[in-house]
This record gives sequence, structure tokens and C-alpha cells, in this order.
Amino acid sequence: MSTEPEPVPARAAPILEVERIGKRFGGLTALSDVTFTIGEGEIYGLIGPNGAGKTTLFNVLTGIYHQDEGTLRFRGAALREPTPDRIAKLGIARTFQNIRLFANLSALENVMIGRHVRTRAGVVGAILRDRRTRSEEAAIERRAHELLRYVGIARRANELARHLSYGDQRRLEIARALATDPRLLALDEPAAGMNATEKVELRKLLEAIRADGITLLIIEHDVRLVMGLCDRVLVLDYGRKIAEGVPKAIQKDPAVIAAYLGKPRAEAEA
Amino acid sequence: MGTLSAIRKHPKAKWIGVLLIVAALLALPFALAAVGTAWVRITNFAILFTMLSLGLNIVVGFAGLLDLGYIAFYAVGAYTYALLASPQFNIHWPWWAILPIGAAIACFFGILLGTPTLKLRGDYLAIVTLGFGEIIRIFLNNLSDPFNLTNGPKGIWSIDSVHFMGIHFGVPSHFAGLDFSGTIKYYYFLLAILVLVIVVNLRLQDSRIGRAWEAIREDELAARSMGINTRNMKLLAFAMGASFGGVAGGMFSAMQNFISPESFVLTQSVMVLSMVVLGGMGNVWGVILGAILLTFVPEVLRYTVQPVQNWLFGRSIIDPEVIRMLLFGLTMVVMMLFRPAGLLPSAVRKRELAVAEDVD
Repeated sequence: MSTEPEPVPARAAPILEVERIGKRFGGLTALSDVTFTIGEGEIYGLIGPNGAGKTTLFNVLTGIYHQDEGTLRFRGAALREPTPDRIAKLGIARTFQNIRLFANLSALENVMIGRHVRTRAGVVGAILRDRRTRSEEAAIERRAHELLRYVGIARRANELARHLSYGDQRRLEIARALATDPRLLALDEPAAGMNATEKVELRKLLEAIRADGITLLIIEHDVRLVMGLCDRVLVLDYGRKIAEGVPKAIQKDPAVIAAYLGKPRAEAEA
Repeated sequence: MGTLSAIRKHPKAKWIGVLLIVAALLALPFALAAVGTAWVRITNFAILFTMLSLGLNIVVGFAGLLDLGYIAFYAVGAYTYALLASPQFNIHWPWWAILPIGAAIACFFGILLGTPTLKLRGDYLAIVTLGFGEIIRIFLNNLSDPFNLTNGPKGIWSIDSVHFMGIHFGVPSHFAGLDFSGTIKYYYFLLAILVLVIVVNLRLQDSRIGRAWEAIREDELAARSMGINTRNMKLLAFAMGASFGGVAGGMFSAMQNFISPESFVLTQSVMVLSMVVLGGMGNVWGVILGAILLTFVPEVLRYTVQPVQNWLFGRSIIDPEVIRMLLFGLTMVVMMLFRPAGLLPSAVRKRELAVAEDVD
């Protein structure tokens, strides 16, 4: 119905190029003709009403689903038949909307598992425990502690993941994802279930991650967080891109207000 | 209590404890032989089954993949040894060459089973592995015609015993004033291999590989998203588990000097799985305990059910074999009701079960 929005070029060198992605489930079109580019070092927001296809897009990006149409390019190279583990190895890490930690393992172990993809010890090393394996093990543990400190839950290292508070679980998921040394970190509703203070801290954390040179892609419902944090925002509705641009412009976009925020302008600015 | 905890805290306590256990294990066969030589044999079988359980524990306990056909790998190891050290083809290779070959062939079969079942979980995986175990057994039963490979249901006999630095494991010998029967010599040999198997198990569990298995068991999708190649890790679990089974099978052949497909039936697979579950999936020490208990308790019952009946009723009312299986089944039922995570549960497994109960 609305006119096709003009593509907004990314300012920095592109890290992720999504071109005309389409995904159907039976008769349902979850994504259709979605095109956008994320620049290196950006914080890129992905918003839209429930069922708009945000998580589907995430799942396509992280190799859980395969798109029916379109191409994905990460750091200049096309992603062909990606699987989640290959995607992680290439440098895209993610968190999940409905937290998927290894619930019965400690926080530390969760992060240590995240190091798997950047470490090498095999069966022989594990059995012989040679010097290289031992020093790698020590490095894994050191890095895991570092990351727990980084996201602010160092003191919870030995607690089981499922005994952590909701906010700490979300932080732990971020720490686990960071353990894979990602270039692009994709967060699916990182602020869900957090209170106002936790959200402020989360924002600081995400900004720190960006300052460390990691590009961020964020699905978020909290409008204030998205508008304050993101450099650019993409709006999906019924699997289609209806707007893309800087937060200020998005807030005033009539198509967005109609589709996503429903009614008055006052609410969009709340 | 006070003195006991004081003793425990002593810095050398650990080493003295280890020394005592080693001494006890070394003296054990002679003590058992004094009761009856059958008990030494039973102990050897307990060690074999402990090896098997530890192998299966890698698949079931660490990686969380239910395998109901595990005995097939034991069979593969046993037949490899039998074919390469018996008059069947008149090949007589030494044990140290055959055991690794048996492990490698079993490993290959592990991957063969693992590859098509990668996407299966739970019940479906159990059925496929069960079928696999049966296929192997039926093959062994029928590979006697047109080319006689396995000698069919008649089995293979006169399998060579282990020879090692001039020691012949098939015949008794006298050393340092002690009588070493063949069974007692095998006991030490098996014990040495078992120690290796335990060390490998413990080290695998506490490694990058072990963590990856744990991640797959907890949440496969999250594990994949963290960059763990779940396909390779699952195949690795199958392969490692199978190799242990292969080594145990080779030892079984050497010790028995005779094997036939009858030794590798489904109930044996179920028995090994029961040992793992009863002892405590995922916990090496629990699995060892489970294997020892499930080997010894039925044997103890075999020797006690009859006398107890005679003493109580003056005659034997129920066939001892029937009571033995009844008690065995009852134990399993009671165990699963009251200690579902096993006698010595792994910490993580216990938590997983607790969560499952919370949800109920």
C-alpha cells in the first residue's frame, strides 16, 4: 500500500548486506523482499509489531532457517547454506528472545562453552592433557571470568544459570555470545523483563560493546531504548520493510505510526 | 566423628586412601579365590561390564543420546579379536595388535550408526539403535554361508589367550609363593585397562569436548548457535563410546576363548544401559558402582535364594532363577521411583530431573 521506502545507505563499510530476503511457512509469508545493510560499528535496531517477522529474520541471519529468496552477505562474502555453527564461526553471535542458556550449568560454564568455537583442543588433547591443552583450558576460564566481569555478573560465576535473576540471565546470554568473539552481535529483545534501572545499565553495556568495535543488531520493543541507542532503525510489518532510517525520522514516519504504534503521535514520542 | 574428620583433613590422607584402595584391589582376587574361584570370574565380568558402561556413559550420560544397541560394538570388538586370533582363519595375531584394531572397527561402526541418526532424538533414536544392535547380531548369526566368516550360531572357539612378556594368561602359574590362575591374571590385566578407561572418561568429561557434549544435552539449538558443530560432536560421542565397547569385546574374547552371537543379545544392551542409569548417568563413579552392583547382586542372589528358601520353608518353593529376576526388576522399579538420577547422580543430571519435576 505505502510507497516503497528509499533505501538508506549505511555510513560505514557494510558488515551485513541483506538483499531481497523472503521466507514463507506454508501459505504464510513471514518475510518478503526485505533489504537492508548494516555498517561496521553501527547499532542497528529492528522493530515492528508482534508477528512482523523480526525473529524470523534473526533466525534466517543466524542459519536456523534458510531463506526462500534473496541473498545474505557477511563481510563481503555471500552466506551459502549457512548453519548456526558456521554462522557463529564466521562471527555472528546471538541471544534468544526466550532465553536459551544451559540452565543447569553454572554461569561460568555457560560462557566457557561460548569459547568452544575459538579453541581447538580435540580428543587427544583432552585425554593426554598436554601443555597446550592445559594452557588453552586456563585461557578459556580466564576469558570467561573476564566476560562475566564485563557484563557485570562476576559474583554469580558459580551459580547455576537458572538461579540467576531474569536480568542477569540476559546479561549472561550476552557474555556467552561475546565469548564467541563475534563481529556482529544480534540481540533478540535484550531488555525484555528488565526494570528501569536494569535497562539503563543494559544501555551502558551495549554502548561499551559497540565501543569495543562490535556491531550490534537489536530487536527491541522498548521504544525509548531503541530511539536512544540505535543509529538506524528498520521497521517491519507483516514481513515487509515499511521504513528505515535514523530514529528521529522513524518516529515521525506516518507508515510506522499507522502500522506499529497504531494511533496518536504522542505515544510514539513517549 | 571428631577423629575421623581430623584424619580426613590430614594432608597425606588422600594418598594413604589411594594406597589402601590399590592394595585392596591387588589383594582382592586372592580373597575371592579363597571363597570360590567363581567369584574371581564374576569380578572379571564386573570389570568388563564396567568398561562397557563407561563407554555407553559417553553416549548416553555425556552427550544425552539414548543407545539401545550398544552391545553391538562389544560384539564387533569380540569378533574382531576372535577372527584375528583363532583357528577360524588360522590367523594368530598378538593381542596388542588386535585390541586397537577392534577399537577402530567398533569406532567405524559407531560412526556408521551415528550418521543416519543425527537428527533423531529420544524414542526415535532408541528404536533405531535397538534395530542396529539386532542387525549386527543377526549378521553374526548368518555370516556362515556362502563364505564362512563368523561360523554362525555355533560361534568361534579356541580363541587365543593373551600372551604378555612371557606370561601366558590361559594357564595357571606360580610366582612369589602365590598361585596365579588364568582368571586372576586376567583380573589384573582388565583392571589395568579399566584404570585407563576411567582416566579417559574423566578427562573427556572435564574438557572442551565434554563441555560441548553437555551443551548439546542441555539445549542443542543454543549449542549450535554458540558455534558447536553438533554433528561432529555427536559422531565423536558415538565413536568414542563404540571404541570402549570394542576394547571390552576383545578382552571378552580373549578371556572366554569362545564366543557366539548368543552373548550379544538385546537383554545385554538393556543390562548395560541399566547399569548406567542405576549408577547415575553422566557420573563416572556412579556408573562404575552401577556396573559392579548389577553384576554382583544377581550372582549373590543365585547363591542365596535357594538356601534361604530351604531354611524358611524346608524346601525350594519357587525356582531361584524366577526370584532372581523378580528381585532384579523390583530393584529397578524402586530405584527409579526414589532415586531417578541414580545411586550417585551427576550433579547436572540431578538438577535436570529436579527441573522436570518442577514443571510437573
